[in-house]
Amino acid sequence: MSNTLRTVQLALKSLMLHKLRSGLTMLGIVFGVYSVIAMLAIGEGASLQAQQQVLALGATNVIVVSKKPPLDGSNNANGARVLQYGLLRSDYRLLVETLPTLLGAVPIREIPSETRYLQKQLNARVVGCTADYLDMNRLQLARGRFITDQDQSQMANVAVIASDVADTLFPFEDPVGKSIQVKESRYKVVGVTRARTASAAIGGSLSGQDFNKDIYIPLRTCEVRIGDLVVNRSSGSFSAEQVELNQITLRVGSVDDVLPTAEAVRESLERTHRNKQDYDVVVPLELLRQANQIRQIFNIVLGSIAAISLVVGGIGIMNIMLATVTERTREIGIRRALGARQSDIIQQFLTETIVLSGSGGLIGVLFGLLTPFAFSGLRWFVLNFVLEASATDSPTGRLFADLHPQIAWWSLPVAFGISVGIGIAFGIYPARSAARMDPIEALRHE
Amino acid sequence: MSTTIEPLPQPSGAGSPDDHGGYAARLLEVHKNYHLGEHVVRALRGVSIDFPHGDYVAIMGSSGSGKSTLLNLLGALDRPSSGEYILGGQYVSQLTDDDLSAIRNQLIGFIFQSYNLIPQYTVLENIQVPLNYRPGRRDISAEDTERCEFLAGQVGLADRLDHRPFQLSGGQQQRVAIARALVNNPEIILADEPTGNLDSTTEGEIMQLLGQLNEEGRTIIMVTHETSVARRAKRQIIMKDGLIASEGLFGVETEVK
Ligand SMILES: Nc1ncnc2c1ncn2[C@@H]1O[C@H](COP(=O)(O)OP(=O)(O)O)[C@@H](O)[C@H]1O
Ligand SMILES: [Mg+2]
Repeated sequence: MSNTLRTVQLALKSLMLHKLRSGLTMLGIVFGVYSVIAMLAIGEGASLQAQQQVLALGATNVIVVSKKPPLDGSNNANGARVLQYGLLRSDYRLLVETLPTLLGAVPIREIPSETRYLQKQLNARVVGCTADYLDMNRLQLARGRFITDQDQSQMANVAVIASDVADTLFPFEDPVGKSIQVKESRYKVVGVTRARTASAAIGGSLSGQDFNKDIYIPLRTCEVRIGDLVVNRSSGSFSAEQVELNQITLRVGSVDDVLPTAEAVRESLERTHRNKQDYDVVVPLELLRQANQIRQIFNIVLGSIAAISLVVGGIGIMNIMLATVTERTREIGIRRALGARQSDIIQQFLTETIVLSGSGGLIGVLFGLLTPFAFSGLRWFVLNFVLEASATDSPTGRLFADLHPQIAWWSLPVAFGISVGIGIAFGIYPARSAARMDPIEALRHE
Repeated sequence: MSTTIEPLPQPSGAGSPDDHGGYAARLLEVHKNYHLGEHVVRALRGVSIDFPHGDYVAIMGSSGSGKSTLLNLLGALDRPSSGEYILGGQYVSQLTDDDLSAIRNQLIGFIFQSYNLIPQYTVLENIQVPLNYRPGRRDISAEDTERCEFLAGQVGLADRLDHRPFQLSGGQQQRVAIARALVNNPEIILADEPTGNLDSTTEGEIMQLLGQLNEEGRTIIMVTHETSVARRAKRQIIMKDGLIASEGLFGVETEVK
């Protein structure tokens, strides 16, 4: 194969004749290949992010959340009305009794509330839940224990606090054994959970769940001590909401059971809630599938954009090769006179084009490997100079901040292959037009 | 003459069944027409001429008389519009484009007025070009390269192998072209005004090289305007309006009817 090597060598020699021109032409392919790899890496990263978020919700979970029903006119006529909506304890019992596929179920009541320990205070989220909550949300304990069934039946005044709460209220002490004040009651801290990154959005909202400002207490205790009614007084206006449960997380044994169970949950709740529209059924598995579909669409769209730049690069190559062929007409005539066949001329110019596009592709691949670093730089720039602080903390801002491009390894050989393919596709016409010249005319050129 | 450049193996064509064995090339009533839209240019109008092995011919004549056209036909760069051209015993009109390429590569060495070297290649690479197009497309071996270097030495360019054409004088470039023409050891050398761009001293050197090649047994056909150059050939052909007007030795020209 030393002949091939030599052909490539001589092709390089011809390309080096116009270094600037060859380099600029190559740039088209470099950027094309780079953008293919970068776009796919960003798409891959985004989908990985979505997948992780969805999986954090649990692929075998079905989550039912309460939501405020859309207001009708009569409701907001009187500002002092109590809005009653959401999941009921009876819903929970009905679901647990009627669904045979369930492995576990956790009813959850969430109430934002101020919390105090001595002089320190914090706006936390009080979560009334059961013992299964820990596993269901993949939380881990840093110290102590979680709420038990016994706490539940005794309606014990105990609390497990999350990391941020512990850090704020007990910067220098061990929280376990201390008492914290939540609303009117005091609770003894029995455990601390580990910090955990926010998980995905539930119920269509983009904001993830932040577990780090939680205070977990037994659901029955919550029911008895705090109650269902939450009153908000803010600058003269008054609103009250009565909610029994904010969320019911259901877990089934296998992925195959997820969709039928979700269907049964929907039917069951539809019967009891009728048209109130005060709950949502969220199925992480469905979200996962949607995320995968979105990923595919994402990849196709991004890939097409990148492909366009590759084609533009290819057209640049063709343009230059046509100019080269015209410019080197005489050389073609000389070679033909010295015994080159038409196929030799085609091979020569095609080799030059492929060397050009192939080396462009290779450089593009090398740049492509730098995508994650380049993206870090971009992220730093956007977060520091483009987005305001509030925007950075917004869900979309976080989505951007958390996005880590993942190089799809298959895209490297594919992108390189495409660059070579572009060389062939856009080189064949100039090469053929070179080969078809009449040798005598070519020799007389200039 | 002094040293030989590269002795040519004696032509084995003699006695071959097609009966053209005694000749390097034969033209029989060859016409060549160029079509320029409606207009037809009759560049050759029935040329018949034989070139025996080892011939040394100078083609002369005024500009536009068809000398280059004739030389291009002889070099198998083109086919006659009508008539027969027999090259190395083969009827050129029956050959494919690839066959013609192979013939040009193996049987013929071209030398042009404007040298026609490939500008981006070195002297050595230029001499090697015909090797790339050998039948079978064999790799260039170490012996091949040695031979190219030897030929470069024979034309006096042993120390210029890595030079590029623009670094050489016209005479040196033409020497490279001669070495290149010889690399596949062709039987016929075709030269279109090989000294047209050279001063008289260099002209003499180039003509001496051609003379040596002829003494080695190669057939040389060259186009020239210079009587001093034409005088070195064994015979001279004068062309006029696409026909051979006269043929013969200087001074004893015979009109061709
Ligand atoms: N490719 C061509 N197309 C059209 N006419 C041509 C072509 N080549 C040569 N001719 C014409 O043929 C005639 C002979 O040309 P040529 O063989 O180049 O003459 P010379 O070499 O004797 O000057 C001229 O009239 C020239 O214009
Ligand atoms: Mg001429």
